[in-house]
Amino acid sequence: MKYLDEYRDPVLARAILDEIHRITTRPWTLMEVCGGQTHTIVKQGIDEALPQGVRMIHGPGCPVCVTPLEQIDKALAIAARPDVIFTSYGDMLRVPGTSTDLLALKARGADVRIVYSPLDALKIAVDNPDREVVFFAVGFETTAPANAMAVAEAARRGIDNFSVLVSHVLVPPAMTALLDSPANQVQGFLAAGHVCAVMGWTEYEPIASTYHVPIVVTGFEPLDLLEGILMAIRQLEEGRAEVENQYVRAVKREGTPLAQRQIMEVFEIVDRTWRGVGPIPDSGYRLRAEYARFDAEQRFDVGTIHTLEHPACIAGAILTGAKVPLDCTAYGTLCTPQKPLGAPMVSSEGTCAAFYSAARGLDARKVSLR
Amino acid sequence: MCLGIPGKVIEVRDDAALLMGKVDFGGVRKEVCLAYTPEVRLGDYVIVHVGFAISRVDEEEALKTLEILEQMGGLVTTELETMGKGMDRPAVLSDDGSPATFGSASASAGAATSAAGGPS
Repeated sequence: MKYLDEYRDPVLARAILDEIHRITTRPWTLMEVCGGQTHTIVKQGIDEALPQGVRMIHGPGCPVCVTPLEQIDKALAIAARPDVIFTSYGDMLRVPGTSTDLLALKARGADVRIVYSPLDALKIAVDNPDREVVFFAVGFETTAPANAMAVAEAARRGIDNFSVLVSHVLVPPAMTALLDSPANQVQGFLAAGHVCAVMGWTEYEPIASTYHVPIVVTGFEPLDLLEGILMAIRQLEEGRAEVENQYVRAVKREGTPLAQRQIMEVFEIVDRTWRGVGPIPDSGYRLRAEYARFDAEQRFDVGTIHTLEHPACIAGAILTGAKVPLDCTAYGTLCTPQKPLGAPMVSSEGTCAAFYSAARGLDARKVSLR
Repeated sequence: MCLGIPGKVIEVRDDAALLMGKVDFGGVRKEVCLAYTPEVRLGDYVIVHVGFAISRVDEEEALKTLEILEQMGGLVTTELETMGKGMDRPAVLSDDGSPATFGSASASAGAATSAAGGPS
C-alpha cells in the first residue's frame, strides 16, 4: 500500500508527540483496548515517550487471553476425541488449559489443525465427511463476521459434520465493566479500530456521555496511535467527552452493516465470563436456537470440567490494567512465551508477550550462573 | 487472529453464491471472502481479518489524514523554531542532523534523490 509506509513516518511521529507534550497540562490515564494496539505501543516505546504523568493502561482486548479456562478445557476434551478434527486459529494452540494445551495434545496424536479462516475449517469438513470437524470460534467483533458466515454456510450447504465451540466476547460491555469498577483509573479510551470497522461506533456514544469519558476510535499504525492519544488528551484538556474517529480511512459511524446483519442472524447476545476478569453481563455471543445444531457444546458431552489457574499468574490484574507484567514475579522467569503460565504471555496481542518481545525489564530478571 | 491486515484486491469472483476473491498483502496472496464488502472493485484496498474483508480502506481519506497530520507537523515545527533554545529536546532533525521541515518531507526526500541519483 503506497501510504502505509507514511503511517510509519518518524518525522511526523515526532511532530505529533511534540504536540501531545505541548497541550498536556495535567496527568491523564488512557487505556488502549486492543492487544494489537498494545503491541505497537510497547514495541515502538510510545508509552515511554509520552509526557510525565500520562499513562497508558493496556486493556483486555486480547481474545486469546480472555477466553475462559473452562472453554479451553472443553476444547481440549473435544479435541482429544478420536472421531474429531479440531480446527483453530493458530494463536489458541498454546493457551494453557488446566492440565495441558492443544499443541501438546496434537503432539500426543490428536488431530488438531490450524486454520487461517473458518471457511478453511468448513472445507476440511467437506473433505472429511466421515469425521466430525469442530472449529474453535473465539474472538471479538472482528472475527465474529467470519465465524458467523462459516456457520451460516454450513447450514446453507448442509454440512452437518461441522460444529463450532463458541467463545465470543464484545468490547463495549468490557469497557463499561471497567468504568463501573471502584478501582477504575481510566479517563479516556482508544477504541479498537477494527472492531469499530465492523460494528461502527454508535454503541460507544452512550458510554462516552454517561461516564463522561472521551473515546477515540484509533488505528494500529504508530502514527494512528499517536494521533489517537493526541485526540483523547485534547478532549480531556478541554473537558469534552465525545466519540471521535481517528481511523477515518477504515471506519464509518455505521460500521459494516452486512457483517452486523450476518452476526445477528447467527448469534445472540449472552453473559460471558472473561478469563482473569470474571463474568460480564451481555458481553458475548452464543449461537441462536436456529443454529444450535452446530453448537459443539451440545453435540459432544465433555463431562464435568474442573478448572485450576496457575497460582503465580496475575493475568486478571494485567487484563484490567491494575498491574503491569513487571509487577509479576513469574514474568520472564517462570513464565515466558515458550512456556506460558497464563494467556497474556501466549498471544502476540497479550500484554505480557508484548512486554517480553520488547525485552521490557528482562535484564533485571536474568539469573547469573557464575 | 485479531490483527487485521490491509491488502489490495486482485481478483473478484462468485464462488458457489459466495463473493470471494484474492487479496495481495505485499506479495503474499490469499483467498478472501468479500461478501461483507460487495462494493469493492479490483485495485481497491481492504482490511482483512481471518480471511474476510471487513472494511474497504478509503484511499482519499487516508491521504487527507496524512495531509492534516503534515500540516499540523508544519505548525509544530514552526512553533518549535520560534521557541528556540530551552526545549528539553532538540527540534526534529533529519538524518544528516539538520533541522527538518514538516509537510515537505516527501518533497525534500524527492529533491535529495534527484540531487544524488538524477541525471546531471
